[in-house]
Amino acid sequence: MGLMSRTSNVVRAWISKLLDRAEDPAVTLDYSYERQLELLQNVKKGIADVVTAKKRLELQTKKLETELPKLDEQARQALAADREDLARAALERKAFAQEQLQSLDQQIDDLAAQQNKLAASEKRLSAKVEAFRTQKETIKAQYSAAEAQVKIGEAATGIGEEMADTGLAIQRAQDKTEQMQARAAAVDELVDSGTLEDYTSSGTSLDRELAQISAQNQVDADLERLKGELASGAPQKELEKETK
Amino acid sequence: MIVRVMSEGQYRLEGDAVGRLNQLDDRAQEALERDDEAELDRYLEEMAALVRRDGERLPDDDLSPSDAIVPPSDLTLAETKMFFSDEGLIPDVSK
Repeated sequence: MGLMSRTSNVVRAWISKLLDRAEDPAVTLDYSYERQLELLQNVKKGIADVVTAKKRLELQTKKLETELPKLDEQARQALAADREDLARAALERKAFAQEQLQSLDQQIDDLAAQQNKLAASEKRLSAKVEAFRTQKETIKAQYSAAEAQVKIGEAATGIGEEMADTGLAIQRAQDKTEQMQARAAAVDELVDSGTLEDYTSSGTSLDRELAQISAQNQVDADLERLKGELASGAPQKELEKETK
Repeated sequence: MIVRVMSEGQYRLEGDAVGRLNQLDDRAQEALERDDEAELDRYLEEMAALVRRDGERLPDDDLSPSDAIVPPSDLTLAETKMFFSDEGLIPDVSK
């Protein structure tokens, strides 16, 4: 038996399990319709969840992108202070952030694909649900019990396939979204706790040293400025003017 | 005959395309037996492409049951096996 037959069997078994509980044809129709409406709600919720997850990853991307120039500047300052070790550490962090950014891009694309798939599922299922709603009233009103049984079987199977398909799509989108939420949470934690900035073994001391270099640079620059001002004497006169 | 491509929709397929689809289906089945995920995905994608190309899309509001269903090609080997097992991969939506 080929895979298509096996797939049909899987889907048919899923449908009969769904419809098994109702013996009365009219009840089967209404029961199926209720599950269809529920599934439509679920697929809408699934889309909303994917969109939320995607937005979160996009925010994370922005956050990481602002880290890059900061790390560059830290590396530059460290080099200027003749601390190649610190510069290297800052650049390692930058490489790590860039790696995260690439993987985020991929994840955002994946989620966008899931979103499109779910939106297409929703469109197909809602068209079928609407057709089913009309047909079930016709079947109830026009056919004898025996005829109705056959008609119901056909309609319920036809839409049952779409329900199984949608159910699987929702499940898969949910799994992907959860996986990415978990990874996003891990990266968020890294960025928010500043761990991205001290993920290396040197830890917080690296930050302190870089901050010291930065402060030292500032002090040196201020000193140079003051020396220059004293030599020209100009600011002294300004000060005198102000006090008059 | 009516063919459903999972996560895509239904198509009406006639003539020798049906025979070609069945041939690919046999190869897909063999790939699954060999645990060859890459080949399996390739054949399933080829099957979907054939149906898309040579078939005629049924309108979304058509309630006809399908004569054949092409399984999804984006599953891992483990997921595909689970899909065909008694445990199943399609979630239960009954109440």
